[in-house]
Amino acid sequence: MDTLCSKTRNPFTGAEANAVGVKVDHVRKSFSGVEVLKDISFDVQPGEIFVIMGPSGSGKSVLLRDIVGLEIPTSGKITIDGLDPSLEETRERIRVALVFQDGALFNSLSVYDNLALYPREHRAGDENAIRERVMHALKILSVENAVTKFPSELSGGMKKRVSIARALVMEPQLLLYDEPTSELDPVMSATISEIIATLKNEYSVTSIVVTHDSSLALTISNRVGIIMAGQLITLGTPEELKNTKDPRIVDFLNPKIDIEHPRFKNL
Amino acid sequence: MKQITQVLEGIGSVVQLFLRSVAYAGTLPRQSARFIEQCYMIGYTTLPIVAVLSFFIGMVLALEAGYAMEGFGAKEFIGSLVGLSMARELGPMMTSVLLAGRVGSAITAELASMKVYQEIDALTTMNIPAAKILVLPRLAAVLVMMPVLIVIANIVGWFGGSVTARYVASVGISPESYFAALRHYTKFKDVVNGMEKAEVFGFVVVLVCCDIGLNTKGGPREIGASVTRAVVVSLIAILILDYFVSKLLLF
Repeated sequence: MDTLCSKTRNPFTGAEANAVGVKVDHVRKSFSGVEVLKDISFDVQPGEIFVIMGPSGSGKSVLLRDIVGLEIPTSGKITIDGLDPSLEETRERIRVALVFQDGALFNSLSVYDNLALYPREHRAGDENAIRERVMHALKILSVENAVTKFPSELSGGMKKRVSIARALVMEPQLLLYDEPTSELDPVMSATISEIIATLKNEYSVTSIVVTHDSSLALTISNRVGIIMAGQLITLGTPEELKNTKDPRIVDFLNPKIDIEHPRFKNL
Repeated sequence: MKQITQVLEGIGSVVQLFLRSVAYAGTLPRQSARFIEQCYMIGYTTLPIVAVLSFFIGMVLALEAGYAMEGFGAKEFIGSLVGLSMARELGPMMTSVLLAGRVGSAITAELASMKVYQEIDALTTMNIPAAKILVLPRLAAVLVMMPVLIVIANIVGWFGGSVTARYVASVGISPESYFAALRHYTKFKDVVNGMEKAEVFGFVVVLVCCDIGLNTKGGPREIGASVTRAVVVSLIAILILDYFVSKLLLF
C-alpha cells in the first residue's frame, strides 16, 4: 500500500484532507433471524480502491449499507478513521458519499438542484461558488448537458454519472459505489470504471466498490474481497485472484455457458 | 399485547420525530422557499374543498336545526347553533379531516416514495436530516395555514347556514335574525378556541403522516399501505384528541 496517498485532494479547490481508512471487524448482520453477513473482517487503506464481489444475494450491498452507517451490524464493529459511521457526529467530521445502485437521485429536483443540495445545506460558499462546483462535477462526468433535466428524463447511464457527480460535489474522503456498472452497456461500464480510477489517481479518494463486474474489479482495484453466502471467502490483489486455484473463485470469475448441463434437460 | 406495543412504538416514533424537527427550528429562516411551497400545498390547494364542504355543513346544520327547533318555537336561535357549532367543533374537525385526506395522504405518499427509492438514505449519507428539510417546513406551514383555513371555513359555513335559513321554507327565518343570533351567541373566544383545536389537529396530522412516510419499509407496494395507515391513524388521532382538547379549552 506504499503507493497510496494519505491525503485526498479536493477536486474543486485542490485543498488536501486526510484520506480515511475503514476497519470492518467481525461484523455479523441478521434480518428476522436470517444471518446475511457472517463474521466479516477486513481493512481498507486510505486512498485504496477496494472491490467487494460476490453472487447476487450474498450480502454485498448490506455490507455497504453497514459501512456507510445506514444499517447497524448485529454484532461486530465498523469504523471509519476510528469513528462509528452511524453517528451524526461522524458524518459531520468525515465526508462519506454513497453512489446508490439506482442513483437515488431526488426525483422532484433538477439535476442541478440534486447536485447543489449538499453544498447549499452545508453552506459551502455562495450561489456562484456552488454553481461553479456543480458544473465542474458535471463536466468531469461529461453530463453537463443534463443540468436542467429531471432524473426521470435521464437514461440509466446518465443517472449513474449524475449520481457519481452528486457524490463528487460532496468532496468525499470515502466514496462507496453500489453496482456502479450494472444495467450499463460495455462502453459505459468502461467509462464508469475509468472515472472511479481517475478519482482515486487524481484525488486519492478512498473507494469501496460493490460489483459483479469482474473486468472492473480486476482492472482498477488495489484489492478484491469475494463474499459468498455472507462469508468473505478470499481477499487479495487482482493478480492473486487471477492466479487462484480455488474452484469457487475460478467458477465465479470465469462462468461457463453449458447448455448440455443435466439441469436443463427437464426444462 | 402486540398491538399495544405497536401503538406505543408509533407514539414514541412520532414524539422523536417532533423533537428532532424542533431541534432544527433555527434553520427555518434559511428554508423560506420550502416553507412557502408547503404553505401553498397545505393552504391554497386545500382551500376550495374546505370552502365547498363548509358551505354545505353550514346549510345542513341550519336545515336540521330548523327541523329540531320548530317544535318549541326557537327558530330564531338557528344562527347561534350554526355559529357555535362551526366555530367550536365542525370547522376545526372537518378541516382537519380534509387535511388528513387531502394533504396528509400526499405527504405520506411523497415521503414513503422517497424512502422506498432510497432518496431518504441519500439524504442521510449527505448528512442532511429528513426532519430538517422535509418535516420542519411542513410543520411550520400547517401552523400558519390552519388558522387561515379555519377562518374561511367558519365564514363560509355561517354563510351557508344563512342561505338555508333564507331560502328553505321549512326553516324560513330572515338572514338578519340569523346573523343577529349568530353574533350574539358566538364570541371571539369561541373562534379562537376552534383555531387552537385546529392547530393541534393539523400539527398532529402532519407529524403522523410524515412519520409513517419516513418509516415505510419494503417496495413500492408499501407506499399505498403507508398512505392508508397514515389517513386512518390521523383520523383516529383527531377524534381522540378532539375530546381532550375540547375539555381542556372549556376550563
